[in-house]
Amino acid sequence: MDVEAAKYIAAGLATIGMGGAGIGVGIIFGNYLSGALRNPSAADQLFARVIFGFAVTEALGIFSFLVALLALFG
Amino acid sequence: MAANPLDQFKLQNKFELSLGGLDASITNSAVWMIGIVAVTSLGLLWAMRRAEMVPGRSQSVAEMLYEFIAGMVKDNIGAGGRPFFPFIFSLFMFILVANLAGMVPYGFTVTSHLAVTMAFAVFIFVLVIVVGLMRHGLHFFSLFLPPGTPIFLVPLIVPIEVISFFSRPVTLGVRLFANMTAGHILMKVFAGFIISMAAAGGAVAFISWLPFVANVAVTALEMLVAAVQAYVFALLTCVYLNDAVNLEH
Repeated sequence: MDVEAAKYIAAGLATIGMGGAGIGVGIIFGNYLSGALRNPSAADQLFARVIFGFAVTEALGIFSFLVALLALFG
Repeated sequence: MAANPLDQFKLQNKFELSLGGLDASITNSAVWMIGIVAVTSLGLLWAMRRAEMVPGRSQSVAEMLYEFIAGMVKDNIGAGGRPFFPFIFSLFMFILVANLAGMVPYGFTVTSHLAVTMAFAVFIFVLVIVVGLMRHGLHFFSLFLPPGTPIFLVPLIVPIEVISFFSRPVTLGVRLFANMTAGHILMKVFAGFIISMAAAGGAVAFISWLPFVANVAVTALEMLVAAVQAYVFALLTCVYLNDAVNLEH
């Protein structure tokens, strides 16, 4: 197989990892929403923590993006 | 046909300048950065031109921005965070205005360049290490061992903590860069669909308003992303500085 083609396939495969980050971010915001609907008065205090959890979870998606970039241009 | 969606990120020299053999030309990115700093500082000065007890409209906006960041610094770092407030406020305002300036048609998104975002991220990383070492000396390295770790887990936890500490600047810089770049490419790709579908003629041209509607929605989403990413960047800076200022023993 051509090396150039293999690079594109590798980059495409690396993006599968973003699915995991997507599931994680969905769980965080889903649970925040269900918690906020049960106790709306606590929603504002929780928001900063939600964003922090979202950022930390998203970091793993960023790693798969970096792997894709490394496969393409590395 | 439609232009390459990556063309919007191209740097162009506006003013050739060489400093001791180094290429220090003023690019369109530099022009936008100067503009952003000018708009932010002059805008805030203008908003506070007549500081009154009962704020008017512009003063309210400036005070809301100030209190928003002041509250974030206080919640995350505590009283020890006061010296870092000006830094975090400038950082937040610059990234917020840069992200929103990128949404202006024909605008240039400064934060869509990895060189810019990584410069911020590496500066924050070095700042955290310097502040931590100055405040706590070599005790700062107890950051790599969370309190209450069972002794047999130490060989496992310490390498994980070290790796997660050193991945901070990478994730911080790449998050902002990837979000802005991906969003702007998405908008331009949808804009390209409008042109190519309308040019295709027949039944396809009849439904070429569909990507236009999608692009309006994507633009609204990108406005939200621009604000959220500025908030995330400032919040993570607070959280990282908190590790250095209030070390858990």
